[in-house]
Amino acid sequence: MIHLSLPLALVAALFGIGLYGVVARRNAVLVLIGVELMLSAAGLLFVTAGTTMHDPMRGGQVLTIFLITIAAAEISVALAVVVAVFRARGDIDMARAGEDE
Amino acid sequence: MTTHDVFFTIVGVICAASALLSVTTKHLVHAALWLMVALVALSGCYLVLGAELVALVNLLIYVGAIVVLVLFALMLTRAPIGRSHEHDTSLAQRAASMVLCAATTALLAAVLISGLGNNAVRVSAGSTHTLSVQLFGTWVWPFEMLSLLLVAALVGALAVSRLPNAAIARTESGEGS
Repeated sequence: MIHLSLPLALVAALFGIGLYGVVARRNAVLVLIGVELMLSAAGLLFVTAGTTMHDPMRGGQVLTIFLITIAAAEISVALAVVVAVFRARGDIDMARAGEDE
Repeated sequence: MTTHDVFFTIVGVICAASALLSVTTKHLVHAALWLMVALVALSGCYLVLGAELVALVNLLIYVGAIVVLVLFALMLTRAPIGRSHEHDTSLAQRAASMVLCAATTALLAAVLISGLGNNAVRVSAGSTHTLSVQLFGTWVWPFEMLSLLLVAALVGALAVSRLPNAAIARTESGEGS
């Protein structure tokens, strides 16, 4: 038996922390860390919903595994973009992104 | 408080605290390492919720692969070792994002808890055998699509990292001067 408010509060906290990481950081790799935290919050919500409700297709857990795979694909492409931007511009500062060199 | 509650509180507090540290620390490399701690604690949360396979996959892919990729990217972009303030936004923007973060957390917690309730429910994740039967039965087509997605991501990452030579040469001559 588990009280549902605990995992749900952790989901909310993780998503908020990830959002803070996205909007308060200037380094692009640190922004990606925030995105990862938000994705893990989504995964925790899937697992919580899947294991505490009647779910004959195991959708919660299966979708979390899919989510982890999609996150891996996302982070590989995003980091390739970050490294390419670093090679082209010399920095990965999000506050100066889009300005003329 | 049930046993599950106690264990979930322990790992959940570790997870939230290390996630908070990973987005606030001044050391760039420490951010990736705190992210690793947060994701290991999240695997613990999955274990408490009874989803062993998801916990193991999370440990393998997130902690084993994604954090290593992030560390690689930090080193390839010549992250400064030690404390540095140049990757933080201004104080006013950080205060505004703190307010935004607190508001989002409060909104999500209110919506989720009022929507799903605060009942004590049984944790029944089912056996791994059932999960694998479902994964390769009901969910087999999304599973196959994911392999396509991974190939596309691989090709995309390769294509992005092969910049035209002119751009690289321009950067290198700019650094040399």
